[in-house]
Amino acid sequence: MNMNEHLTLAAKRPDFAAIAAWIPQGASVLDLGCGDGSLLHYLKDTLNVRGYGVEISDSNIEACIHNKVNVIQSDLDSGLSGFENNSFDYVILSQTLQATRHTEPLMQEMLRVGREGIVSFPNFGYWKNRVNVLRGNMPVSEDLPYQWYDTPNVHLCTLHDFETFCSKYRMLILDRRVMTGDSSIQLLPNLLGSTAVYRFKRAA
Amino acid sequence: MPNSAQSVGIVSAQRAQFDTPLLCKSGYVLPRYELVYETYGTLNSDKSNAILVCHALSGHHHVAGYYADNPKNTGWWDTMIGPGKPIDTNKFFVVGLNNLGGCHGSTGPSSVNPETGKPYGATFPLVTVEDWVESQARLADRLGIRQFAAILGGSLGGMQALQWSLSYPERVRHVLAIATAPRLTAENIAFNDVARNAILTDPDFHGGNYYEHGVVPTRGLRLARMLGHITYLSDNAMADKFGRTLRSGKLAYNYDIEFEIESYLRYQGDKFAAYFDANTYLLMTKALDYFDPAREFNDDLNKAFARAKASYLVLSFTTDWRFSPERSRAIVKSLLHNRRNVSYAEITSAHGHDSFLMQHTHYHNVMRAYLDNVASEFSA
Repeated sequence: MNMNEHLTLAAKRPDFAAIAAWIPQGASVLDLGCGDGSLLHYLKDTLNVRGYGVEISDSNIEACIHNKVNVIQSDLDSGLSGFENNSFDYVILSQTLQATRHTEPLMQEMLRVGREGIVSFPNFGYWKNRVNVLRGNMPVSEDLPYQWYDTPNVHLCTLHDFETFCSKYRMLILDRRVMTGDSSIQLLPNLLGSTAVYRFKRAA
Repeated sequence: MPNSAQSVGIVSAQRAQFDTPLLCKSGYVLPRYELVYETYGTLNSDKSNAILVCHALSGHHHVAGYYADNPKNTGWWDTMIGPGKPIDTNKFFVVGLNNLGGCHGSTGPSSVNPETGKPYGATFPLVTVEDWVESQARLADRLGIRQFAAILGGSLGGMQALQWSLSYPERVRHVLAIATAPRLTAENIAFNDVARNAILTDPDFHGGNYYEHGVVPTRGLRLARMLGHITYLSDNAMADKFGRTLRSGKLAYNYDIEFEIESYLRYQGDKFAAYFDANTYLLMTKALDYFDPAREFNDDLNKAFARAKASYLVLSFTTDWRFSPERSRAIVKSLLHNRRNVSYAEITSAHGHDSFLMQHTHYHNVMRAYLDNVASEFSA
């Protein structure tokens, strides 16, 4: 990947840039639901991370290998038993949380395998989504590009919901970036932000 | 039949004689031996594009292409190897050999021992995966290959590929371990032992020296193959292919062939027993049973892989119960522990253990994608 491709990718997936900003050079990273391996490829090229992806789809496995990204075919909903305790600096779940079935156990698994977790997800509390619901329709947008009948998303949440979840399950939020497109949102994030990225660890 | 443009075309076997004694893991010293091999493609100027294909239980050196005098005799992995195929002979120099102890031309139990003028028979050593790697390394030396771009194989062949990265970590950049295991389970050894017993108890076996009696333990070998064959297929594949179909359409109430599956198995058994050597079969199953790199590390596979330096592609097949995906995942786990580059794919296939020999789009795409990257690391 050259610099131009990196810029294009960072613009297309602003959460990638936010995630990259938190990860130090040479860290070890496990990317759950890594898709075609774009994020890992980006992190490998820009930060020289030692990375592995986990994917379930055959076509994404082919794409990851094509992209020279290490990938392990596995179903996230059956846990991370193939990975040892504390074997990674960061375990990332990027735009996948909402599609996991056993969300709470998976979040616990992330903090068993990794020192810290990073999660990004579409904010269901974003005003456009609220307007859609008020109008009587399920929201369909760039962040939530599915119809109610074909969506893989089963656990959508708002920023408030996620933060309540973290405190209930003793996960300490270390950092948060909220954005809409590629602009950072400071004011009323649960209303004005379309995507959120969190970094967290196990509370002492 | 050779399939036109994508075949490596006419090939011929070559022979290499080794006069340096080989100290086997068992302690036996083999003073001299021959290996028969084939090569496809061209070795590049810095000899960095070589791939070694290791064969499984019944395989041999004729991996791809066909013979001028017998165009129907296509290599056993011709679907995988050739110009434009996943193991692309436009890019790679591919070496396939018949392992020591084999019965396709390399020195084995059926070869004549030059010291006695008689076939080795029961005196041939039980060679191990480690011994094979040692003999393969000597063949590589002979061919001027210091480091393989990749070493690969399925089943017992996968074990050799894995062992290469432990015996000679500096001599292999990529290992592709397909439908294999870090060691056999008790159940797997049990299947092998039943197969061996079929041969060992055949009255024509004569303690392994049947050659001098002018007989072959065909019945035992046939049974061994029939049993093996069942374990290489899946329940579903057998159900789909044969079901309970009757050969003549009605029950005969006797012990002749009634169900199609019986006909198929007997045919496979007969075919195999007609060309394969029983001693080689025994030896190959023992090599499978003995393979266990973790053994010398208190059964800790993580420690066994600590010396590995290669990058790995590990593949398993969903319906393979003889070398199940779980066994491949154990390999992956140890490679992750040792921070090796590793990718793992679990290929959805209906054909059980035999899947690794079959043409399957996704499987071949994964192989191709990985090997394209391997090829991108060296200059053509």
